[in-house]
Amino acid sequence: MIIRDPEFYPPPENPVTWLGRATVNPCRGAGRAVLLFLAALKAMPHVFGKRARKETVYQMFTMGIKSLTVLSVVAAFTGMILALQTGIELRRFGQEENIGTAVMMSMVREMGPFMTGLILAASVGSAIAAQMGTMMVQEEIAALEVMSINPARFLVMPRLVAMALMTPLLSFYSCILGVVGGGVVGYTQLGVPWGVYFDNAMLYVVNRDLFVGMLKALIFGVMIVVIACHQGFSARNGAVGVGNATRRTVIISFLSILLVGYFVTRLFYY
Amino acid sequence: MIRLEQVTKQFGGNRVLDKVDLEVRDGETLVIVGPSGVGKSVTLKLMVRLLTPDQGRVTVNGEIISALDGRSLEIAREKFGMLFQGGALLQWLTVGENVALPLREKTNLSEAEIVARVREKLELVGLQDDYEKWPADLSGGMRKRAGLARAVVENPRIILYDEPTSGLDPVSSRLIDDLINSLRRQMNVTSVVVTHDLHSALAIGDRITMINDGAIVETASPARFIESKNPAVKQFLAAQYITRRGVWEEGSS
Ligand SMILES: Nc1ncnc2c1ncn2[C@@H]1O[C@H](COP(=O)(O)OP(=O)(O)OP(=O)(O)O)[C@@H](O)[C@H]1O
Ligand SMILES: [Mg+2]
Repeated sequence: MIIRDPEFYPPPENPVTWLGRATVNPCRGAGRAVLLFLAALKAMPHVFGKRARKETVYQMFTMGIKSLTVLSVVAAFTGMILALQTGIELRRFGQEENIGTAVMMSMVREMGPFMTGLILAASVGSAIAAQMGTMMVQEEIAALEVMSINPARFLVMPRLVAMALMTPLLSFYSCILGVVGGGVVGYTQLGVPWGVYFDNAMLYVVNRDLFVGMLKALIFGVMIVVIACHQGFSARNGAVGVGNATRRTVIISFLSILLVGYFVTRLFYY
Repeated sequence: MIRLEQVTKQFGGNRVLDKVDLEVRDGETLVIVGPSGVGKSVTLKLMVRLLTPDQGRVTVNGEIISALDGRSLEIAREKFGMLFQGGALLQWLTVGENVALPLREKTNLSEAEIVARVREKLELVGLQDDYEKWPADLSGGMRKRAGLARAVVENPRIILYDEPTSGLDPVSSRLIDDLINSLRRQMNVTSVVVTHDLHSALAIGDRITMINDGAIVETASPARFIESKNPAVKQFLAAQYITRRGVWEEGSS
């Protein structure tokens, strides 16, 4: 699962080998990340052990509480921007009291989980990758393995559980803030009264929207942890390798969040 | 008994070990010496399958560890304790928690038993006062000694030491040498020690083996080793001011 023997390839000789390698290597990486995820899933029953429980709660705390400030700001401003843009357009038709629906729908269905995912990828994901990468290059992971302490159980599983529990909550929280932010803009800039705004916001949204949004956030959270741990465990060559692992974690997480987000939406709403 | 049979290991174009045969007998202390970057750490890692040989195989008590995987590998590794070159302590646990980690994770010992055992092992390496310290606050030598305490806390049958005395003052170095010797005498532990420190090699080794240029150039008892005719060994000895009849024998070094 953790591949320690480094792989070496001769430099590509022609465009065909280059193309082949550019296709095969990401697939291989993805496959290994999935194996890591399965190994962590298999270790899931251990989460009720005393130490794992403590570690999971601690991880939930660091992931949730420490990213709360930036998430609050981003969520509120997302709602405010949504309200402002749709409000300006709708005002041309005298429909500005309908911004409630627009803000609520975009937040709950897309922007809430999406913003949560991006922020956690940039903060928590990069932190996990840096930590795992440092442990890898300092042989701490190797030491764990010699002690027969499975890193998938000891390191990945608590983070996975913590993230899977925290992301739906954080996503829910960012939806609330976004809607409130939209309400503030509606009240101050567009002259939509509070009561009208919130009545309108609750008009079309259904539990299913909330459920799909939170499911999406959960999927994002799981992906971020798996990508970060996999990249960290693949770190080689000291500090440079840790830097690379961190950078790639953020990039790959962003891309996967966009991609998977689209397909989940398609699956549930099309 | 650990055996490397015709083991070849290369990293890209860099062939580190080339068809190496090596045997570690039960209950002996085998010392591996050699210039820096020659593959000593790689040899140790091959023994616990932190690395896999490209060719050849590694066996431990007849079991081919280089082909094991998953749970059976974990079971095979239970026999081993390993001290890594940098200590490899987990940075977010204190020294005491680090040493206690294998006990907490894998045994059902009570907390009191664990603490007692950890204190005992820390005392062995002279760190009894550093139970609560963080690894980042320790010196390199102290980290290494804490790593050693963790390596022996489960009373393993085989211990692999990667440069246990490098970076240590002479007094602590002899403390570690004594520890390696006493583990061997009291519990018949099999040890493989990688070191640059010839004094400690001569003091603890039953046999000394030298790796150079991907091959084993000499394996001999300490007395024979310093008499070796091999030019690489001679150069290695001369560099540490040991020329033929050991200065160490008179104890005047
Ligand atoms: N994971 C790895 N990836 C690539 N090359 C490696 C890896 N591990 C070791 N090497 C190479 O193998 C060679 C031997 O390394 P090793 O760490 O075994 O040396 P050593 O004999 O322990 O040296 P030192 O005494 O300095 O610790 C070096 O050239 C090193 O670059
Ligand atoms: Mg080494």
